[in-house]
Amino acid sequence: MRQPKIIVVGGGLAGLMATIRIAEAGVSVDLFSIVPVKRSHSVCAQGGINAAKNQKGEGDTTWKHFDDTIYGGDFLANQPLVRRMCEAAPGIIDLLDRMGVMFNRTPEGLLDYRRFGGTMYHRTAFAGATTGQQLLYALDEQVRRHESEDRVKKYEGQTFLSAVIDGGGVCRGICAMDLRSMEVKTYPADAVIFCTGGIGAIFGRSTNSVVCTGSAQSALFQQGVDYANGEFIQVHPTAIPGEDKLRLMSESARGEGGRVWVPKNPADTRPARSIPEAERFYFLEDWYPKYGNLVPRDIATRAIHRIVYQERLGIAGQAAVYLDVTHISREVLDRKLEGILEIYEKFLGVDPREEPMKVFPAMHYTMGGMWVNSEDQATNVPGIFAAGECEYQYHGANRLGANSLVSCIFGGGLAGPAAVKYARSLEKGAESTSTGVYENERKRQEEKNQALISPDGTENPMTIWRELGDVMTEHVTVTRINKDLQTADVKIRELLERYGRINLSDRTKWSNQTLNFARELGNMLVLARVVTLGALERNESRGAHYKPDFPERDDANWLKTTRAKWRNGEIRFGYEPVDISQIPPRARRYDAAK
Amino acid sequence: MPDAKEVIVRVKRQVSPKGTPYWEEFALPWRPAMNVIICLRDIAENPVTREGQRTTPISYDSNCLEEVCGSCAMLINGKARMACSALVDKLDQPIRLEPFSKFPVVRDLAVDRQFMFESLKRVKSWIPIDGTYDLGEGPRMAPETQEKAYPLSRCISCGSCLEVCPQVNDNNKFIGAAIISQVRLFNMHPTGAMHAKERIAALMEPGGIQDCANAQNCVKACPKDIPLTESIAEMNRQAWKQALVGWLVG
Repeated sequence: MRQPKIIVVGGGLAGLMATIRIAEAGVSVDLFSIVPVKRSHSVCAQGGINAAKNQKGEGDTTWKHFDDTIYGGDFLANQPLVRRMCEAAPGIIDLLDRMGVMFNRTPEGLLDYRRFGGTMYHRTAFAGATTGQQLLYALDEQVRRHESEDRVKKYEGQTFLSAVIDGGGVCRGICAMDLRSMEVKTYPADAVIFCTGGIGAIFGRSTNSVVCTGSAQSALFQQGVDYANGEFIQVHPTAIPGEDKLRLMSESARGEGGRVWVPKNPADTRPARSIPEAERFYFLEDWYPKYGNLVPRDIATRAIHRIVYQERLGIAGQAAVYLDVTHISREVLDRKLEGILEIYEKFLGVDPREEPMKVFPAMHYTMGGMWVNSEDQATNVPGIFAAGECEYQYHGANRLGANSLVSCIFGGGLAGPAAVKYARSLEKGAESTSTGVYENERKRQEEKNQALISPDGTENPMTIWRELGDVMTEHVTVTRINKDLQTADVKIRELLERYGRINLSDRTKWSNQTLNFARELGNMLVLARVVTLGALERNESRGAHYKPDFPERDDANWLKTTRAKWRNGEIRFGYEPVDISQIPPRARRYDAAK
Repeated sequence: MPDAKEVIVRVKRQVSPKGTPYWEEFALPWRPAMNVIICLRDIAENPVTREGQRTTPISYDSNCLEEVCGSCAMLINGKARMACSALVDKLDQPIRLEPFSKFPVVRDLAVDRQFMFESLKRVKSWIPIDGTYDLGEGPRMAPETQEKAYPLSRCISCGSCLEVCPQVNDNNKFIGAAIISQVRLFNMHPTGAMHAKERIAALMEPGGIQDCANAQNCVKACPKDIPLTESIAEMNRQAWKQALVGWLVG
């Protein structure tokens, strides 16, 4: 039998899980990544991973996990795969445990679980407050083992430029650039799985890592892969503002009892700890008595914006609220939250065990992503699969905390075998694709590089990027107003036009990070339009997408998936029904039991 | 003393692995809460030296910017540090940035740390599970054991411990403290312990644990406060025990 060849692009949790599954099937896999895979963005996940193991005897079930996820996502997610994910989650925890993840333990030696937002159950397994790092390392180690036994070949320090698509519209491999030699090459494959993560960089500053530009998704979109629900962007309620990055303060701080408050008098200049209880406003607990500080992220973020911008109660008149863990014992904090408290301490020089933290919402996650089917992570282009944050399947209009790690591992675990099955079903594999198909794609990408590197431009890519981030953050995050969304799109089109006149301050041929960034920037601009125009079209409020002019969820008109398509160089929107076969939609509220 | 509103940064540059190093100096506008990454981004947006010469942006590795991915390690004022957590206001000026000296330079401040990942392969730094199919729960573990192991599992492979180690030099390919500490981690795990012997054997190969000269620089340089010298002592004990048993039985 012909041995298929699979490529995985991206070495975060989803990509590594897909890689392991393919290697286990005895099929050889090439793993491409911009950074050494151990440095992927999954390391930044902090709080934990959800699975209804009912380890605290609360009567938790996988159905309740499923219901919380659908309800938390405001009924926009297609339900069958979400249900399968929730049913698979306990087994995923067992697997990670067997791989040696150092999860926190109970006195009985079992895994410990904590509470997270949008649920009443202790459902979140955790390894201190660096759970993503620990999970990524466990999968990285398994991949290294397969690599040492020659089932996996890593191509680290390579950036994906485009898919190689033949005349029949079938993907036959990828075109990538070596970030040292800057050499552009094509790599044949029978199937390619994309696990290319988030898109934080289109908002300038976010909680995401530097590589999370969405460039690969955008390149694929411009080659015909549809992009779904792009307008659903999660803004995390608690992050530390910074000029280079908005550093996340995990929801687990609240899961372990952390409280969010502001002084009742915004002119109060006393140190936080000397402000008496009676003069503090615990607004989440006041407004949402049932869930309190553990309301879902979209709710908490809007509440903080309301406190700061409408009630004018930000600390000392600034855009900040207190996230307070000082009432929790040092021993508990160090055992369960040290990783994040250490970040606060290092970057601000203040010990959060002694002083309440000052936080503000930050762009964090995209619920939207590449369109995939509801069976096996296949996109609409044959041979292209997607898993992890870069696809749209699991989180609807708002993701619950600690559901991202489980969706990455579940999706990756599904995509791997699916790609193998697809590749084996092909009558003719990549080896019978004509070399001309590869050569044409390589030339097309080389020409793009040449156009960027030609010395006749005037525009600095870093400046264009900064302007893009400013306009996206101002108009396309927490509160969306149609007039402002139109303004944002006009601005992005101006930036696209200026992008055509780019001037690179580095034209050398070795390890040219400026050229690589310029390539990513072009794709970021297109994706920013998909997000902005998707938001403009959707005249309702649902989950993270909030329009004060259309404050209610509108199931009659908008209970549907946005599906953006690229047609002749233009973005077109189509819509398709959501699969609500298992749980009928009901009103979503967190001030009372659901 | 530089102008209080300016940040002076001196960068040791090198165009390629075989290039000759040279220095460039930059004067940047000071802002609150600046770190070394922000300095490098400022230079990228306006790559002009202090003398007014146009130059190229500086190559460097970075990703998470919160000291958990291990990418942006470099020498900052002569010390092995992560650039993201190096706050300008806490650094003496001019701020000197140099690439790590114990790894091949790729360009400017970016170095090749593949040696560390190859070493992880050498010592079989993983739990050899039978497969990813459902085999039930993992082994139970005392909270005490987890609390000892967890700090070891936070190693970000930044290479700081190798950079500061006198035993890592042109004449000696010492495997380094990070890898030794990983072996300790895997040997602590109930399943990992079943394969402790082969990891220890790998650690005793040339360039292995016997090359540690106990300078103890590693533990001071580790940005994650991993008890590296404790790990080396423990692995020394395990290695001696294994060697002794081998000799007695042998």
